[in-house]
Amino acid sequence: MKDEVTRDERVANLKGMGCARKRVEDARFTQGKGNYIDDINLPGMLHGDFVRSPYAHARVKSINIDAAMALPGVVAVLTAKDLEPLSLHWMPTLAGDKQMVLADGKVLFQGQEVAFVVAKDRYIAADAVELVEVEYEELPVIVDPFKSLQSDVVLREDLEPGADGAHGPRKHPNHIFLWEVGDKSATEAVLDEADVVAEEMVYYHRTHPCPLEPCGSVASMDKVNGKLTLYGTFQAPHVVRTVASLLSGIEEHNIRVVSPDIGGGFGNKVGVYPGYVCSIVASIVTGVPVKWIEDRMDNLMSTAFARDYHMHGKISATKEGKITGLWCHTTADHGAFDACADPTKYPAGFMSICTGSYDIPVAYLGVDGVYTNKAPGGVAYRCSFRVTEAAYFIERMIEVLAIELNMDAAELRRINFIKKEQFPYNSALGWEYDSGDYHTAWDKALEAVDYKGLRAEQTERLEAFKRGETRKLMGIGLTFFTEIVGAGPVKNCDILGMGMFDSCEIRIHPTGSAIARLGTISQGQGHATTFAQILASEIGIPADSITIEEGDTDTAPYGLGTYGSRSTPVAGAATALAGRKIRAKAQMIAAYLLEVHDDDVEFDVDRFVVKGAPERFKTMKEIAYASYNQAIPGVEPGLEAVSYYDPPNMTYPFGAYICVMDVDVDTGTADIRQFYALDDCGTRINPMVIEGQVHGGLTEALAIAMGQEIAYDEMGNHKTSTLMDFFIPTAWETPHYTTDHTVTPSPHHPIGAKGVGESPNVGGVPAFSNAVHDAFRPFGLRQSHMPHDHWRIWKIANGLGLHD
Amino acid sequence: MTKHHVKMTVNGEDRDILVEPRELLIHTLRDQLDLKGPHVGCETSHCGACTVDLDGKSVKACTMFTVQAAGKDITTIEGLGNPDALHVLQESFREHHGLQCGYCTPGMITRAHRLLQENPNPTEEDVRFGLSGNLCRCTGYQNIVKSVLAAASELNAAKEAAQ
Repeated sequence: MKDEVTRDERVANLKGMGCARKRVEDARFTQGKGNYIDDINLPGMLHGDFVRSPYAHARVKSINIDAAMALPGVVAVLTAKDLEPLSLHWMPTLAGDKQMVLADGKVLFQGQEVAFVVAKDRYIAADAVELVEVEYEELPVIVDPFKSLQSDVVLREDLEPGADGAHGPRKHPNHIFLWEVGDKSATEAVLDEADVVAEEMVYYHRTHPCPLEPCGSVASMDKVNGKLTLYGTFQAPHVVRTVASLLSGIEEHNIRVVSPDIGGGFGNKVGVYPGYVCSIVASIVTGVPVKWIEDRMDNLMSTAFARDYHMHGKISATKEGKITGLWCHTTADHGAFDACADPTKYPAGFMSICTGSYDIPVAYLGVDGVYTNKAPGGVAYRCSFRVTEAAYFIERMIEVLAIELNMDAAELRRINFIKKEQFPYNSALGWEYDSGDYHTAWDKALEAVDYKGLRAEQTERLEAFKRGETRKLMGIGLTFFTEIVGAGPVKNCDILGMGMFDSCEIRIHPTGSAIARLGTISQGQGHATTFAQILASEIGIPADSITIEEGDTDTAPYGLGTYGSRSTPVAGAATALAGRKIRAKAQMIAAYLLEVHDDDVEFDVDRFVVKGAPERFKTMKEIAYASYNQAIPGVEPGLEAVSYYDPPNMTYPFGAYICVMDVDVDTGTADIRQFYALDDCGTRINPMVIEGQVHGGLTEALAIAMGQEIAYDEMGNHKTSTLMDFFIPTAWETPHYTTDHTVTPSPHHPIGAKGVGESPNVGGVPAFSNAVHDAFRPFGLRQSHMPHDHWRIWKIANGLGLHD
Repeated sequence: MTKHHVKMTVNGEDRDILVEPRELLIHTLRDQLDLKGPHVGCETSHCGACTVDLDGKSVKACTMFTVQAAGKDITTIEGLGNPDALHVLQESFREHHGLQCGYCTPGMITRAHRLLQENPNPTEEDVRFGLSGNLCRCTGYQNIVKSVLAAASELNAAKEAAQ
């Protein structure tokens, strides 16, 4: 057979790995035809809404639902008393704690769910919420985790005071756990002897992922068939099914969980929330579907805060700047219930990646988890389980150490980087970094921005400032971060006992197109586009002929979902390996069709060719057809494969970010005039999608560093519960970004990919924050807490005497 | 609660709707007229996911009563293009990766459409300022701005060719 298409054309036709394939998702989204949770309306569906606590800490004396029930259109009002017979008034959290579904005797944070009203439409439900009469008796409020550990006020009266928690002994009724990693005494010995020690308290404030679409669910209990269908904003639909089964007693095969299109997740949609449980119970009680949709205030007040880590650090070095040790004690404010979304064995997530990109011989990390009267959490907001806290901590400590040593912070980083030849590198806190080439990336970044030129300009600006010619200081924010993503190996990573593998199942259709289903779920990352590219390169079927489906537990194989940048490292690996199984069977079929031995054919782009005779081949399309219509001895009909992938290690993406800003000392405004982001995420699947992820993550980092905050007053009143008060940058405030990359593949991943979605948020926050700090370094600023909004920057300037 | 008849034109079609006076336009569009393109993101006019075009102006449908829209001419994302004839902006957003999760996209494109009517030759600054009533959590706006600028060039080129 004569082939008139060149090999390059065949490669291009696949739209496989490495090409900037346009997204297949976009057709429906640009035409308003997405299918998000609030778009799902089922016949006879009712609407649920919550009565929420106005107090941060109070006893619930009584709940009177009579007036609400008397309102026409109200079908039910559920309270903890109604859920108690089903044992659903409390539920387990992902962190081994338990959480009230509806207030059981007391409330522990403002906005807590007290009663669930079910009505014919959302307006009537909202009216009825106002008619539920709740009598409260106010209790003393604790919003400060340090005070909480000293207080006589017991927040969690449901816990036995002296009893161990899920992560060991509790030293106070408001204490959750102490988690320790590393060698404390050896680290302290090094610090005692060190030439130089820099010490600082670094606070990473409470914030919130705030995806544009809030959380919601639609539960539909089909009593005739005994089947529960649950649609919802779930980043981990399979885990939700397992949890729903364990909580409700409905057998897992009778539960179908569906994540439809999700309007952004960023960690907000990992947790299991009272609204989901109440919609299920309400559907069981009423026998019809029940929808629950958060409004923005509910979202910001009750579901999934992030961060709130008080990180006390000490870092030691020789006079020449070689780091000798790192010590960190973190006080972690978890709010009213420990609802952290972390793998079970890691109560502070992967905070122990806090040695960063540096070769630090000895280190210690201790984390105390504490209860306060704030919303429960915290989730990993666009990061892999506290990696962003860790990266912010070490990148601030490096800057403070540079001040202590009177050294350039870029040079300090360079002399302490883990060297290329040290990989795989075992960190002092127990991680095995898979691969990296930090020096190359750093040099490329510094050269790209003309670092020396920038420093010279900064010096000139400072002189001009001192002469009174300008009121703007220049800040250069440096960051070199290393992430730890792709959780994770089943031997040490699980969520509620489920190992953190992931999966892919592929079916090749007779005419040579395919469907692949995965255990993950896209929330904007473009999985339908990029996973098809991985597969196209692996099996030689064009990406345009491959449907990717996720999120329906009745059809997709079990997987742990999408968060912590784990989709590409884990499900992406499963996809490649399932593809290789398809290819192995295709090889046997091709050999049969070509009448040669299996070993005499080899894969070439989209076909198997006879070795040494490329004119003799069978395309994957032909092989697919043959698998359904030929009786091949020793080969089962059909062409399908499934792979469950248990990663041998995490992946460790890294990057170098540099932010340049002009800070006006009188107005407190910061004009970000340049932002350069170099990312190394290993093998690159779709550069267009990667760049988009970097832009988006940097903008979330901009928000967090420069203004976004979940704030409470002393009474536990939530001060930032609308988008009027909770900062989300617009196009106007967002700078233009320059992206760049190096490629250091992961040695243990089937295609060498490491994941990228969260890198820009992890690296971006310290880059913005370091730039603010750097602007004021000549005036003695060491540490000032985020967010660096105009008021706080003005206060820095004022505190340093720059307004005198 | 007494319901009111409200007549309005939606995506070129005359509609006669029965609503409570307190019903918000976004709920009428989504739940009564099954136009699910506009989304609810904040209920306070900040995010713009609910943006529709009303008598030639961009309006946030989450903070407007349907009765206030009586007699008005409304265009939603569904009225801008269709699968056989996409609007230039719809094509451009796909071409330049101007969207990720898609939740802000209908409002963003509807706003961009009006912006290009108001200013057919916008600079990057004009686009950034003109879209500042619409929030996006995924893209960092860079590719949205690129998409809108590319669409403006394309529309202008088509206009010139037609003259």
